[in-house]
Amino acid sequence: MTSVRRIYVPRETSSVSVGADDVALEIAREAKRSGTSIELIRNGSWGATWLEPLVEVDVDGTRIAYGNVAASDVPTLFAAGFVEGGEHERRLGPIMEVDYLISQDRWTFWRCGLIDPLSIEDFRAHQGFTALEKAFADGADAVLDAVSESGLRGRGGAGFPTGIKWRTVAETPAGQKYIACNADEGDSGTFSDRMLMEGDPLGLIESMAIAGFAVGANKGYIYLRSEYPLTHAILSRALDVARESGWLGANIQDSGFDFDVELHLGAGSYVCGEETAMLESLEGKKGIVRYKPPLPAHEGLFGKPTVVNNVVTLASVPNIVNLGGERYSQMGVNRSKGTLAFQLAGNIKRGGLVEKSFGISLRELIEDWGGGTASGRPVKAVQVGGPLGAYLSAAQLDTPLDYEAFADIGAMIGHGGIVVFDDTVNMAQQARFAMEFCAIESCGKCTPCRIGSTRGVEVIDRIIAGENREENYDLLVELCDTMEGASLCAMGGMTPYPVRSVLKHFAEDFASSGDRP
Amino acid sequence: MVAPRIDRETTNEIVRQFGSKPEMLVQILQAIVMRSGWVSEETIRQLADELNLSRADVFGVVTYYHDFRREPPGEHIVKICQAEACQAMGGRELTDHARRSLGAGLHETKDDVTLEPVYCLGNCACAPAVMIDGKTHGRVTQLRFDELVGAIKERR
Repeated sequence: MTSVRRIYVPRETSSVSVGADDVALEIAREAKRSGTSIELIRNGSWGATWLEPLVEVDVDGTRIAYGNVAASDVPTLFAAGFVEGGEHERRLGPIMEVDYLISQDRWTFWRCGLIDPLSIEDFRAHQGFTALEKAFADGADAVLDAVSESGLRGRGGAGFPTGIKWRTVAETPAGQKYIACNADEGDSGTFSDRMLMEGDPLGLIESMAIAGFAVGANKGYIYLRSEYPLTHAILSRALDVARESGWLGANIQDSGFDFDVELHLGAGSYVCGEETAMLESLEGKKGIVRYKPPLPAHEGLFGKPTVVNNVVTLASVPNIVNLGGERYSQMGVNRSKGTLAFQLAGNIKRGGLVEKSFGISLRELIEDWGGGTASGRPVKAVQVGGPLGAYLSAAQLDTPLDYEAFADIGAMIGHGGIVVFDDTVNMAQQARFAMEFCAIESCGKCTPCRIGSTRGVEVIDRIIAGENREENYDLLVELCDTMEGASLCAMGGMTPYPVRSVLKHFAEDFASSGDRP
Repeated sequence: MVAPRIDRETTNEIVRQFGSKPEMLVQILQAIVMRSGWVSEETIRQLADELNLSRADVFGVVTYYHDFRREPPGEHIVKICQAEACQAMGGRELTDHARRSLGAGLHETKDDVTLEPVYCLGNCACAPAVMIDGKTHGRVTQLRFDELVGAIKERR
């Protein structure tokens, strides 16, 4: 009998959704039965979701991975001596040699999967809170300069320069300011916020404290969607851990800086991911979009200057503080600096999270990392950036992932979700769904979105049915113009993106049902 | 129907937990729905009184958010993702299967099981996804769906 072996089984929504809890339970049972002493650690996910549940055994400092482990595999794993890294059909080898992972640029997600998310000791052992300490030492201005220099832009989808936003809040005089973290990750095909909050929640808390210190805010809010109950449990615990260890609360580590975070749950509204609707919801109201100006940076939550940032934006900051803004800006291309956590989803063989520098092409992500479609059929369409993002055709897969390059082709990167469809998809139905989703989720404040989306569904239904096809086609284009030009926020303003992209690249799918007189 | 109408005292307790602050209304309603599954007219009236809001304010918030049901659901709640990543992996077909196998349409209840749509569970690399009584499941085939539903029915 050698030393106690550490065994890692993710406690992360996707892994648990395919049986990780059962695997963990079975490993504990089998260890007891065989008299093997183990320490079971519930880590986050590395992001190789297609390999979940992915179990690792720490063998003298090398973590040996076993992929797609089912509870029923556990007895044979023990029999094969997996506690010592033994050979088994599920064995992948050292986690640090899994090619899906080693070829990434892990700036923001580097601790995800690696550490025990709820252990302050493990977090501290992996540079946890060192960026906050550096911020305290260097001062708020140095943090603001580093963030500006990094070229970091909002990862929630809008891509607004974070440095400018922070500087604006810092320079707006007010007795009370807030940091509002947008964790209302509603775009289909996206799960990077969730993975970060489940795999490195203390990292997010540190990031929010840095933001608060930089702009002069002593209170933060996390607005988390209710569809993430496991994330809520992990994050709630992480907030307690941070408070118990003196990294949240009054006079953090004797710095003289007070900061605490309140966790709020959403209630199933997609539009609450829009920053002003989110602020309304945080105030206990209907999630109805506000007019801008005033910008939230001037008058945000409860009318006070507020930094509203996405989870991934915030979580990119600690390394920017530690390693310098320039280092971050050296990654990426053009005005898209740094990395993005791309999320491969839908009909894809090797789905998961891939953090790479901007400039990589969709084809590289889908083919090299994703391995093509799960069904093995040809890729027909790829929706990038959630339900408000355009559908790209197979001919557009070489487009580099760069905010401006995507804007040039009428598409957007958004929050980095990439949803792959094979050739069995009917794109007319997808265009219809874009309008239908907008009708379901519209906050109702502006007419183009509220009424336009319902009319959009009706017009598309008429086109599909073959009623006055050309006339209705023109009407749909006109409706898209109105929604795009006259809606108050991206909900109505960008729903036309997927619709137009279908008209442009997949028009034949509208005609397939045949004309009717 | 099994879902109980939440009593006045429990509602008050929840309101107090959130400091009786009107800006916590969404959080209070979420806690009420997690406890009892829905929000009754009586609860709306009570919250308006407790939080010094108009009934219209509370009613507006309740009707705005999808999570706040105004009818009691069944004992078990099955949510099926309707969003794009799941569509790409047969989510529409799985929804049709669920309708047939449960004998209930979306937003309907049959034999104490309520079927609801959900727009993304963040499990898009394990599509199609469903949530049963608050637990997310991934790579759900029709066969797996029947097993999962069978398991909740057995537990009763």
